Amino acid sequence: MNDTMSRYRTMMGHRLFWPAAVLFVMLAANTIYRPGFLSIELKDGHLYGTPIDILRLSAPLILVALGMTLVISTGGIDLSVGSLCAISGAIACMYISKQPDQNSVGVVVTALAMAMGVSLVLGAWNGVLVAVIGIQPIIATLILMVAGRGLAQLITEGQIITINSEPYRAIGLGHALTLPLAIFIALAAALLVAAFTRRTALGMIIESVGGNAVASRLAGIRSGRVIFLAYVISAACAAIAGFMMTANVSSADGNAAGLWVELDAILAVVIGGTSLAGGRFFLSGTIIGALIIQTLTTTVYAMDISPQTSLLFKAVVVIAVCLIQAPAFRARFGRRRRNAPPAANIADKPKEQVPA
Amino acid sequence: MTTGTLTAGRTRFRLPRKQIPVLATLALLLVMYGIGVSQYSAFSNVQVIFNVFIDNGFLLVVAVGMTFVILTGGIDLSVGSVVAMTAMVSAALLQDGMPAALVLVIALLIGPTLGLLMGCVIHFFEIQPFIVTLAGMFFARGMCTFISGASIPITDGFWTSMSQERIGNPQGNFVSISVLIAFVVVVIAAYTLAYTRLGRNVYAIGGNPQSALLMGLPVGRTRIAVYTISGLCSAIGGILLSFYTLSGAPLIAVGMELDVIAAVVIGGTVLTGGAGYVFGTVLGVLVLGVIQTLITFDGSLNSWWTKIVIGGLLFAFILLQRLIGIRYK
Repeated sequence: MNDTMSRYRTMMGHRLFWPAAVLFVMLAANTIYRPGFLSIELKDGHLYGTPIDILRLSAPLILVALGMTLVISTGGIDLSVGSLCAISGAIACMYISKQPDQNSVGVVVTALAMAMGVSLVLGAWNGVLVAVIGIQPIIATLILMVAGRGLAQLITEGQIITINSEPYRAIGLGHALTLPLAIFIALAAALLVAAFTRRTALGMIIESVGGNAVASRLAGIRSGRVIFLAYVISAACAAIAGFMMTANVSSADGNAAGLWVELDAILAVVIGGTSLAGGRFFLSGTIIGALIIQTLTTTVYAMDISPQTSLLFKAVVVIAVCLIQAPAFRARFGRRRRNAPPAANIADKPKEQVPA
Repeated sequence: MTTGTLTAGRTRFRLPRKQIPVLATLALLLVMYGIGVSQYSAFSNVQVIFNVFIDNGFLLVVAVGMTFVILTGGIDLSVGSVVAMTAMVSAALLQDGMPAALVLVIALLIGPTLGLLMGCVIHFFEIQPFIVTLAGMFFARGMCTFISGASIPITDGFWTSMSQERIGNPQGNFVSISVLIAFVVVVIAAYTLAYTRLGRNVYAIGGNPQSALLMGLPVGRTRIAVYTISGLCSAIGGILLSFYTLSGAPLIAVGMELDVIAAVVIGGTVLTGGAGYVFGTVLGVLVLGVIQTLITFDGSLNSWWTKIVIGGLLFAFILLQRLIGIRYK
């Protein structure tokens, strides 16, 4: 097993090989279908073009997926991110809409701080349910997923809140160094998370908790605290994504904002090679996964297919990726190993429940 | 942490552990109904209760299927989409002029087939039910828009007669045919769980899959069976919903899986599997229905309060399950 694994690894070079190859093939197919697909032009000092659009539109998904990666690598799942996006966007827009001067930077900063504060509290709530009370992550976060949409609508009083604030709009549509600002925000978040998890021991601790929470607790790691932290980070990422989504359209809709983003985020994480069983995570893989999903969505739009129908393709991708990752599937079709990415082989060990 | 409570319960009267969540739900339902009756005079009308059943018949059927899945410790996220797909397929086929009986057969076959496939993937490739049924959810929802991007009305004679038939006194209190169908499903499901081998296997697997396997129970077959049953219930639910709305729409029943899971959990079925009753699920659906009715009667509360209350109840019941688990395990 290990022998073939290592041989395979040297053959394909890198664990990002397959996700990157998929992205490349999709871009290539698009370029063949629409020759102007990859062209980028400079207008008024800003770069425009489909690739730039894909990067800009994938920024919220990248953010949500980053947080989701950490949660999944602790062996959990966070279904509430979509609702959190809606709540954070709703709070920010509601506060801004009530102010006399919507264009003041101070107002926007206060709005962002308030929304972030509430999101962190809600993330902590998720964390307490999972890490302290010991409720299954799917169910613990399901509560906020159900109630969160109601909360978002309560904040906006069931209306779509429209705002007219240039500084807030910039979060989604602004530019810096000829590129959309959203790209830099997502990049900054990615670098921050990467620095914390890969330059310190935190990443390894998260992986060890995800591998076996009980064993790592016995080894002296405060598993509960690490799991708690993962949900708080996930909520923070979702909050920023919520700002971007609402800034894109300058309005907050409690019902539609962030709808189904949790599913896209899970998909991005899984495509990126992070095992759903936890214990191993690849941030760069997640980012490529998010780009793949956004490219798929853009492609579907470009081909004049209803966006809902793209769910069909996503279903096929989810099952294919999961099958390739599944140890049972690989054992059954072991000779076709060439098709499988070197995803975590920790997945075949049974998991301990999170300690109460 | 838990040892201190071991001796405490010896002397005092103890409720049977497995019944506590169901009894709590029953008490909650009675309290809510009591509040309704005391606040609004029209609430005591029997038709209010009948309307809860009429409006939630399809939810009840789907929740019964979900009860099977959750009893084995699994979860089925595809139910809402399968309901929508069934309604959509029926509407599209009827529009093409296919006879109603054939449409019924086809519509009732799609759900279980998808459930069977998902069950096989879950069992044979050991992928988490959550992710497989998520893919199933994507697939069914994608199929809906693939069939049609817009809502399709149903004008078929059989459908309209099923929709408008009132059983009971047409001038007084009545129920719809959907309610009767839902009751038949509930009775069959309750019988299956309580008195058949399949039912006992379901509880055994939910209690401890390893032990069930060592006991020689057909773990794989049972696990695949529950997802097929859930698919069948979703298909029946879809038919009932199409009776109710007389149309198929691509975005119908979005988020229904959450209502269904909430109903099952509030009904006292333990999420880790092994304990729970169909009767509890009926109570859970009733609780959701009465909440909606109360909020409608109040008038000043908006419909989004329903979601918040459901979320709060979900939390309370999960906490209750957890506390019982800590105390007695």
